[in-house]
Amino acid sequence: MLLAVFADIHANRQAFAACLDYARSRGAERIICLGDYVGYGADPEWTVETVMDLVENGALAVRGNHDNAVGTPSESMNAEAQAAIEWTRGRLSSAQRRFLAELPFTLWDDDRLYVHSDASNPPRWRYVQNATDAARSIIATEAHAAFCGHIHRPALYSMSATAKMTSFVPTAGVPVKLLRGRQWLAVLGSVGQPRDGDRAAAFSMFDTESEEITYYRVPYDVEAAAMRIRENGLPHWLADRLLVGR
Amino acid sequence: MAKLSVQPGAVIDGFTIGECVHSGGMATLWSVTRPDITTPLLMKIPRVSEGEDPAAIVSFEMEQMILPRLKGPHLPACFAAGDFARQAYVVIEVIPGNTLYSRLGELPLPYEEAGAIAGKIATALADLHRQNVIHHDIKPSSIMFRPTGEAVLIDFGLSHHNQLPDLLQEEFRVPYGTAPYMAPERLLGVRDDPRSDIFSLGVLLYFFTTGVRPFGEGETMYAMRRRLWRDPYPPRKLKPDYPPWLQEVVLRCLEIDPVWRYPTASQLAFELAHPDQIKLTGRAERLNRDPISTVWRRRFNGNLMQPRGKSDVAAQLASGPIVAIALDVAEGSRELNEALRVSAERILATLPSARLACMNVLKLGRVTIDRTLDEEGNNKHVDRLVALRHWASPLKLDESRLTVHVLEAIDPAAAILEFADANHVDHIVIGARQSSLKRTLLGSVSAKVAAEAACTVTVVRPPRLASLEKDNADGRKADEVSA
Repeated sequence: MLLAVFADIHANRQAFAACLDYARSRGAERIICLGDYVGYGADPEWTVETVMDLVENGALAVRGNHDNAVGTPSESMNAEAQAAIEWTRGRLSSAQRRFLAELPFTLWDDDRLYVHSDASNPPRWRYVQNATDAARSIIATEAHAAFCGHIHRPALYSMSATAKMTSFVPTAGVPVKLLRGRQWLAVLGSVGQPRDGDRAAAFSMFDTESEEITYYRVPYDVEAAAMRIRENGLPHWLADRLLVGR
Repeated sequence: MAKLSVQPGAVIDGFTIGECVHSGGMATLWSVTRPDITTPLLMKIPRVSEGEDPAAIVSFEMEQMILPRLKGPHLPACFAAGDFARQAYVVIEVIPGNTLYSRLGELPLPYEEAGAIAGKIATALADLHRQNVIHHDIKPSSIMFRPTGEAVLIDFGLSHHNQLPDLLQEEFRVPYGTAPYMAPERLLGVRDDPRSDIFSLGVLLYFFTTGVRPFGEGETMYAMRRRLWRDPYPPRKLKPDYPPWLQEVVLRCLEIDPVWRYPTASQLAFELAHPDQIKLTGRAERLNRDPISTVWRRRFNGNLMQPRGKSDVAAQLASGPIVAIALDVAEGSRELNEALRVSAERILATLPSARLACMNVLKLGRVTIDRTLDEEGNNKHVDRLVALRHWASPLKLDESRLTVHVLEAIDPAAAILEFADANHVDHIVIGARQSSLKRTLLGSVSAKVAAEAACTVTVVRPPRLASLEKDNADGRKADEVSA
């Protein structure tokens, strides 16, 4: 089965719609969403509605820290993220807020684990920034492959049978076989707010037959997404950073 | 899951195991068959079971990832791979014959023959590097030859794929490989420089032409590290009759700093295909190693020791293309040749490692018997070579980056295409024939080249002509055609 995995959509309608189209055109059979549907972007209603529909139709979705913050005002965040979350809270319906509040921290699918951030303690929302962080996640799980997001920069880590780590920045469009005999942690780039210097939306596909993961970059109408942020009075920096992918 | 038993007659994923043809330290090789595949097949099975020897496992994992992606005549075709969850194996085609290791008893080989062998290996390496893979274990036992002559590289257990995770990068604290052939930068943990393979090929060529390994057989860490500062004895010191062109090639491959080696394996193959045009430098004639002051400088404040960023193999290869420029020095107009030079200048300005091959076709008549001498008794071939060099002189290119070639042919377009193909040219720059009458009668050489070349072709026209030509309505000065 061909899985399409999306992380950190952040209410960016233009980016998410472009990625969904791209994934479907490549034959995606199941959708996995790794959290942070809201925050930063200007289309939270559409985004949460879309994710709810997808889940209704068999998609898997876990909770991210921004989703958590909608229902937990005490969640600590930086000023811009905080401003965006307060604005978002007022936009969402009670059903949408409940949907976000009830999302699980982790989900299993066969021998794969889906989680928003560090897998060793999901509610702490720690970043996976390097091989040491990745090792902590991998050691905490039995999964052959774990998938997370949160850091908005794509990476692929593995741990060998002798607990040696490898780290790798994937090349877009080049499939990598997640070999048996070692454990893998796929850190996905962000759909709605890439921070690796490439402004194209990022998502990944995983083929459960060949066990190959492919990271993709999808160009989308960045200017329109940035305009929506400015029109809605959100901090302008949130629009500016979309244009440069930082 | 239960391990499958590997013995003659057993069936693994549809492959029936035949006899064991080789039993090495890291793996065993079995001949196998599958009803739907007619190619003779080998199954390679790593020797250890899971969790025992990390070296064998990780090497095998790299082969499993890399082999199925390789294509072309210089690499073994891969038919299947199974991983450690059940039975780890790869199935590849049988390359008949022996590896180059079988010729060790005949060393030293004649210079010309060794040069030709190295040329074939360089061509294979260029093909491998273009597929984003660095071999990292180039030595006689990893090289075979097809009956058609092409070199085939085998054993990818230490290889690096620039677009896949490098499982070996963090697995071992000491560099892993074959000590006599290992490039100095490998000792510093650098695994993403394709010029490391050029160094290993230099070791092989030195060994095959002198019978002596340039850095000995040393397996100790000191013996290995010594090559970071100590250059080998020039081959001419060992063999006074050693040809200067060959020493130039060998010592350039063996430069300690990769920057001073050939920028690409393609360029090395090009040199070995045209030994008469190799620019001889101080390397060619030297009889002694570097003075001790140089060695000490390298040893105690060596530049090679500086940390460096990750290299992008594809970008590195792209910065050192072979550009061929087709010139009509005899009948071509001054304006067109000037426009071609401007185009060449622009390309070379952005690509400091590019090399330029200037070619001219000496057209032979279909029926007349051509003479190499013109009416005044001058040698046409030599005249053209002189004219090509004259055309190129304003470019002020270092001679090691420039070659000139006169091709004798009935069909100029076919000759240009054949040259580009044989020399792995990356970019052809050609002028459009100017006289529309001539083009109508003879057909356009540039159009045929642009349509049929396997590489990028730039067709150049002089500026004034474009606006005058009626049948050239778009008036573009140069068309970039990716054919």
